[in-house]
Amino acid sequence: MTTPTQFDAASDAAERSRLVSASDPVLEIKNLSVDYGYDDDPVHVLRQVSLTLGRGEVLGLAGESGCGKSTLAYAATRLLPPPGLITGGEVLFTDRDGTKTDILKLDDRALRASRWQDMAIVFQGAMNSLNPVFRIGRQIADGIQAHRPGISRKEALERSAELLELVGIAPDRLRSYPHQLSGGMRQRVMIAMALALDPQVLIMDEPTTALDVVMQRQIVEQIAELRTRLGFSVIFITHDVSLLIEIADRIAIMYAGEIIEDAAALDVYQRPRHPYSSALLHSFPPLRGPRRELTGIPGSPPDLAKLGGGCPFRDRCAFAFDACSTVTPELVRPVVAGDDPRRAVACLHHDPAVVRAMGQEPPAIPVEISRSAHDAERNAAVV
Amino acid sequence: MTSLRNSRAHLPGPPPDAAPGDGVLQAVDLRKHFKLKGIGSRDVVHAVDDVNFELRRGRVLALVGESGSGKSTIARLLAQLMPLTGGSIRLHGEDAAVKNRRSFRRYVGRVQMIFQDPFGSLNPVHPVRHILTRSLRIHRGRLRGAELESALVELLERVQLQPAERYIEKYPHELSGGQRQRVAIARALAADPEVLLADEPISMLDVSIRLGILNLLQDLRDRLHIAILYITHDIASARYFADRTMVMYAGRIVESGDSESVTQDPKHPYTQLLVRSAPDPDDLEARARGARGEAPSLVKPPSGCRFNPRCPFATDLCRTEVPPLISVGDEREAACWGYSDRPDRPVLESAGLDTPPSSATRPTGGVA
Repeated sequence: MTTPTQFDAASDAAERSRLVSASDPVLEIKNLSVDYGYDDDPVHVLRQVSLTLGRGEVLGLAGESGCGKSTLAYAATRLLPPPGLITGGEVLFTDRDGTKTDILKLDDRALRASRWQDMAIVFQGAMNSLNPVFRIGRQIADGIQAHRPGISRKEALERSAELLELVGIAPDRLRSYPHQLSGGMRQRVMIAMALALDPQVLIMDEPTTALDVVMQRQIVEQIAELRTRLGFSVIFITHDVSLLIEIADRIAIMYAGEIIEDAAALDVYQRPRHPYSSALLHSFPPLRGPRRELTGIPGSPPDLAKLGGGCPFRDRCAFAFDACSTVTPELVRPVVAGDDPRRAVACLHHDPAVVRAMGQEPPAIPVEISRSAHDAERNAAVV
Repeated sequence: MTSLRNSRAHLPGPPPDAAPGDGVLQAVDLRKHFKLKGIGSRDVVHAVDDVNFELRRGRVLALVGESGSGKSTIARLLAQLMPLTGGSIRLHGEDAAVKNRRSFRRYVGRVQMIFQDPFGSLNPVHPVRHILTRSLRIHRGRLRGAELESALVELLERVQLQPAERYIEKYPHELSGGQRQRVAIARALAADPEVLLADEPISMLDVSIRLGILNLLQDLRDRLHIAILYITHDIASARYFADRTMVMYAGRIVESGDSESVTQDPKHPYTQLLVRSAPDPDDLEARARGARGEAPSLVKPPSGCRFNPRCPFATDLCRTEVPPLISVGDEREAACWGYSDRPDRPVLESAGLDTPPSSATRPTGGVA
């Protein structure tokens, strides 16, 4: 089966997407679990989530609302508001000199020093997270001075002006109030603030959702350009998978509190391995190409409080079989020949060994989730 | 359905032989200016200016534009939720301006609206039964007992909430976003309307269930021949769902035509920018790059074409005179001087998606 073409295409895809090897990670999230609620019956919103962010990599985190993408970002930065509770796992941050620290074990002082400096976050609806009664220059300078006590006000303001220029806003806007700026400009100010201390990891939670497409395009280009220039890593959270395919090197798709697929961006788009990823990609009407009838995904996401065993997607999955309701799939390497060895998927179709262990014969893999690089090329040639 | 069309003698109804494609609701020179606050302030926000269009039976018209371009204002004007500054709304050719509560009631029986936020548009303290019963009683008179029950079940089944018994006693918080939006649509259908004004009906919903709602609206269009105005900022969904698409920029219509041509071969420079800005995983190269600028202030909109400060092709003509909608093909119009036959018209580089991505950002130049 493994013809040379397949191998070439696979390695080519890996090359194009600049997959960063796991040997140089900047952030490693291991088995992170989060519960909501302090009583005897908490909701497990994140269950044993593991994710690695390479240095200089843009990692996209996609999924529907309520699937835990924002919770993952907030838990990893310890910003989770009550009643959120981290019940297990570790978040290892690797500094530029190679020292590893577990963010979850830092005391308050060390955590405060680490925030903004090591990892900065741009919040969802960042446009409204600026304080309306202070000029934006003051808001940026305050943050710089809090972390660098030796810096004078004047220097902090000068640095703020540099930051504004970095994101393409005229420095004289330092004296503007947030309401005097448009939505896109406010979003840029938030990005400038996040970059103030030259962080190594930038987490962006739906940074472009409230903006129209033209502005979204500008912001995304800006982030890509700054990333190349300053060399930080990005976790980009959004529900818009088509946007991620453009900006991200790698995409992790979440469903019901778990990562169900983790692969290079183009692989996810051209060769999805999980039925949910495949269905999600077909939930967007295309702007170009042939017009066709689309169905979306039947049903709605499961209630996390009532989640039993088995695959959480089985009720909405067109390819579910008996074992799906009893065995909870784990992230494994897909069985399709020629696949990138670093991609992972949580679907029993790709884990026949577990199904056989149950005493069942695994069904044939549907074509929707087993397209090889070879098939994709052939399809492209036909079109 | 015919049995439900009662108490409608006061307003011109659809002709008995109404066919899909017949005009229903017409906007003529629609204009809305909002006064700014402040003593002695004479400034107004030019939210909507000189907008003309017609909604037709069994057809979907999409209104696409960025936030602040005035598309929701148009929906609210058509629903007569606020007074017009100028122009008129015509229902079956007759002026439909409401003068009092009674005429407003009659009007909303014909023209119903679906709002963006199904979380906010349903009263959380009432179950689905109450929400729908109220709408039925207002618009169809005093239904009771079995008659009411069957009307409720029919409504829920029409929006594909089946079995109806499972949903009828539920409170809005017990339903998912998609189910809530379906209840909101059922409430609008209770009036047996001829026109549905859908203001961003899917933008608050999860991506996986958006298509379900669009397909439902499509089904209503095909089976009940309702005329639908679909307001969205997502031009790709307009292409999927709408028969015709109008693009709005800063309170004016800049382009209109059938959805397929508008999205595949945009004529107006703004539409071209919009189409190129949309993410397209299949073609990572053909994207608008270096697009700059933002929508103008509508308090003092730019003179001439409102897109001229951002338009790479703008000339003095564009900066001084407002371009009319010029025919640019089969039932297609674009408000751009580049398509006029004036000698001082701007030269547009060849439109369409085949041009190199950088061409849209270069200042005026020859035909590529």
